[in-house]
Amino acid sequence: MKPPPFEYLAPTTLDEALALLADLGDGARPLAGGQSLVPLLNFRLVRPRHLVDLNEITELAGIREHDGRLVIGAMTRQRAVEQSAVVRRRCPLLADAMPHIGHVPIRNRGTVGGSLAHADPAAELPAVVAALGGEVVLRSARRARVLGADDFFVSYLTTAAEPDELLVEIRLPSAPPRTGTAFVELSRRHGDFALVGVAATVTLDEGAACTAASVALTGVGPTPVVARDAARVLVGTRLSAPDLEEAARRASEAVTPDGDLHASADYRRHLAGVLTRRSLARAAARAGEAGR
Amino acid sequence: MTERTIRVTVNGRPYERTVDVRTTLADFLRDHLDLTGTHLGCEHGVCGACTVELDGAAVRSCLLFAAQVDGRRIGTVEGLADGETLSPLQEAFREHHGLQCGFCTPGFLITLTCFLRECPDPSETQVREAIAGNLCRCTGYKNIVAAALAAAQRTPTRS
Repeated sequence: MKPPPFEYLAPTTLDEALALLADLGDGARPLAGGQSLVPLLNFRLVRPRHLVDLNEITELAGIREHDGRLVIGAMTRQRAVEQSAVVRRRCPLLADAMPHIGHVPIRNRGTVGGSLAHADPAAELPAVVAALGGEVVLRSARRARVLGADDFFVSYLTTAAEPDELLVEIRLPSAPPRTGTAFVELSRRHGDFALVGVAATVTLDEGAACTAASVALTGVGPTPVVARDAARVLVGTRLSAPDLEEAARRASEAVTPDGDLHASADYRRHLAGVLTRRSLARAAARAGEAGR
Repeated sequence: MTERTIRVTVNGRPYERTVDVRTTLADFLRDHLDLTGTHLGCEHGVCGACTVELDGAAVRSCLLFAAQVDGRRIGTVEGLADGETLSPLQEAFREHHGLQCGFCTPGFLITLTCFLRECPDPSETQVREAIAGNLCRCTGYKNIVAAALAAAQRTPTRS
């Protein structure tokens, strides 16, 4: 298993990379952390004429706060996000999800933008961006555009990005006060892709009633599924056990997963409910702590 | 450009070589530098046998190209011992029978060396999580975990 021949280009600025992608057309593939693309190359499942390595572009890596949002450069390593104090403080849902991505040696190279652009249907980060109502920023030599998860994720391993576009950063809104979040997933072994994963957020008012909630699931369809109906039923409740049970029921009804050798469709649908309940319960407990 | 000349420091020793750009770091180490201690199992990032240090962090050398490590510092299993003196972790692997056939061992040693540097006093659960990305078909992992815990006790202030 060795990669097919390609021409290797390693631009050092974003403008240079965008010019290359504009020139080379769809024979070029951007190379981020390589933890998904290089296996595909080794198996010769993809045969790009040109690899445009983004690893030398320092301006694409970094974590900052801007306008009340957390902005993460596409080439930021997953391990850096996992260990970031700013992420833990401003976006605990993302911090919660990071350890589920592969293993430490994978996260040492894997990047936030690479994972999102690869759009594996069982990946964690797409569900996090979807649950938070986050945005991805795409740049090309022609234009810049900002897309939400609904518009960015199109299908299995397919996004709205054109061949000349690069995902350059993600923007995640900061949580309002008295918000709790949780990421829960079940996989066959630690570090495997999720059978099902759920990202949940709940926000309480001063009297501990729920004012907003969101639930996004991974592993249950071609793209992350936002279970709006499950979240809506929680608003106005005090997130009691029957309330969470009803949300869980609606989440499992909102998904139509496929079965494979790891788990049947029925089991995945069952898990969607169970993990929705667990993630909401954990998020609710954390929101309660945040309110004290 | 399908060839590149790279300069790289491996186990403290500088090398300069011209490589085909599709050469993975693992093949570069094995075939160009004759450092065959780094093993290749799955070649798609699952088995962990090819794990090496890149500027001090454990990475899969089958998922990196040699062209990408120009100017960087690599550590392989050959660099762990000091001459005939094994590292404390290697010594613990020997004492606790943390290996049988030895195929996966270089990856485990590098993964755990990096892990113990960040987490010098781990729990058993933390050790098991740290090696979750390395496959061993001989030991059942039990003795590898025992070796890692013993090595941690031996060197409580690794830096």
